[in-house]
Amino acid sequence: MAVRCRGITKSFPAGAGVVEVLHGIDFDVPAGELTMLVGPSGCGKTTLISIIAGFLGTTTGEVETCGRPITRMSDGEKVAFRRSNIGFIFQQYNLLPALNAAENAAVPLVAAGMPMVRAAGAAAGVLERIGMGAHLDKLPNQLSGGQQQRVAIARALVHAPRLIVCDEPTAALDAESGRSVLEILKDAALAPDRAVIIVTHDSRIYCFADRIAAMEDGRIRTVRTAPFAHLSEVA
Amino acid sequence: MNGIALKILLGDRAKYIGLIFGIAFSTMLMSNQISIFTGLMLRTAHQILDAREADIWVMDPRVEYVDEIEPMTDTQLGRVRGVEGVDWAVPFFKGLTVAHTRDGILQQVILLGVDDATLTGVTPRLVLGSVENLKLPDAMIIDRAGFQFMWPGEEPGLGKEMELNDHRAVIVGISDASAPFTTYPVVYTKYSSARDYVGRMRKQMSFVLVHGRSGVDTHVLAQRINAETGLKALTWRDFMLATIGYYVRRTGIPVNFGITVALGFIVGAAVVGQTFYIFVIENLRQFGALKAMGVANGTILRMVLLQAMVVAGIGYAIGIGLCAAFFEITSRASSNLRGFELPWQVAAGTACAVLVIIVVASLASLRKVMVVDPAIVFRG
Repeated sequence: MAVRCRGITKSFPAGAGVVEVLHGIDFDVPAGELTMLVGPSGCGKTTLISIIAGFLGTTTGEVETCGRPITRMSDGEKVAFRRSNIGFIFQQYNLLPALNAAENAAVPLVAAGMPMVRAAGAAAGVLERIGMGAHLDKLPNQLSGGQQQRVAIARALVHAPRLIVCDEPTAALDAESGRSVLEILKDAALAPDRAVIIVTHDSRIYCFADRIAAMEDGRIRTVRTAPFAHLSEVA
Repeated sequence: MNGIALKILLGDRAKYIGLIFGIAFSTMLMSNQISIFTGLMLRTAHQILDAREADIWVMDPRVEYVDEIEPMTDTQLGRVRGVEGVDWAVPFFKGLTVAHTRDGILQQVILLGVDDATLTGVTPRLVLGSVENLKLPDAMIIDRAGFQFMWPGEEPGLGKEMELNDHRAVIVGISDASAPFTTYPVVYTKYSSARDYVGRMRKQMSFVLVHGRSGVDTHVLAQRINAETGLKALTWRDFMLATIGYYVRRTGIPVNFGITVALGFIVGAAVVGQTFYIFVIENLRQFGALKAMGVANGTILRMVLLQAMVVAGIGYAIGIGLCAAFFEITSRASSNLRGFELPWQVAAGTACAVLVIIVVASLASLRKVMVVDPAIVFRG
């Protein structure tokens, strides 16, 4: 199992009291599958993946990410754990504007201590695999939104993480680019020992999921596995 | 990650140039103003600096600085010479008088009278002629800038004549004496001639220049002279500091320069601080993404500090270079501006001030970077 969540609650201070945004969540993400986390805004999706990625702690409950109890790690251990085990794809791509495509994709390797020249070489290989070989030297502002997201995918894959966390990866893309990004993600990112979690509102891409967990009001309402008879039901 | 930090910095060309400009401007303003201030203050002590054979300056107890003359009788010279540890002691006259040339130019001059026998106290930096020439009748040595005052447009030369209090004086040497606080010509002559030029009086000796015997501590000797003669005796360094201290305390010069230097510091800190803060804030999301990807806070701290140091280093180099060039150009443009230069101490002090500016500028930004939640990247 790539991710195992048991009895997670999460509260935030609000004025004099606290607001609980996750209410006892049990949630599993199997390795080798693409799992989507869907639900209306404010239902707790982002809070849940922030806990899974180690950005937030839980109020109660335990989370194992890639077999490690991330909720019990120190901040420093979480940072090191993320560096080796998790790849991220963000809605706004978050590419560094001063770095070209190969250098951007190489950032996780550089962060792990690899010299930039070697890291960029390794990243170029990943970019070529996902059809970006002709754009290695281009800066983010010279790429389309879809191309930027592909660079972000390369960045998420370059250090061979065991979990890839995607936050609304198609929200800023048109339908065709979004579909293309998901195809690449499903082809390149999924592996028997690697899981992908995608938080999304975009019902157009539900068909790429192996498993869809629907959240509402801080709870997992349903978990369905492919094939999906009626995608609209999930939404 | 250092390479990435530099690329992020260089990638935002406008802010990068703005930051360098801010540091360069601040460096230039601070170092320039402090250098001019120190140059001015050293000018107040120019005679002390030029008569470096003297270990000790002896004067009337009421004298506070070199331009305040309370004349002493010549008998005091003998008393000073009688103090144990004194190797030699010579009289020194300092005063102002009016000189005029045959061309009708009238000019107040600083008249310095040195011991007739030894000529002790004359600046050793002569451009033309020799100090020994001063022993000739009516001989005087004038500084180069003074020559240009008296004979504008003429090349400095020997043999020119002028009148001091109806007495003829012939130029036998052109010196490169340190620039005085006022821009009056500096005229050296024999002690006896100086008295003639200003009119003989009972008390006329301004100072006694003293050299201690080998192995005698000058501070101890100064105290001994003070105790045995009742005169004030100061080492040349203490007298120089007392003179500078007088001008610092009794004039508005330090306040004026201090305000400008403070403005340079504050404007530099404000411009650089604000620009650097905006630069970091605009990159906050990128730093958040790096943190999300597993870049430790310490690494990000080093990245931001590297960016700050690069900006500070380049800005400082440009600013200090401009300051040095300013003094090089102005000193060549006019001999009246000689002596204004960029001392290494000012360059080092300015470097410390720039370091403070960049640290202050970085602190607010660093706090933002340190506390940025990596989950920021999940917020569209």
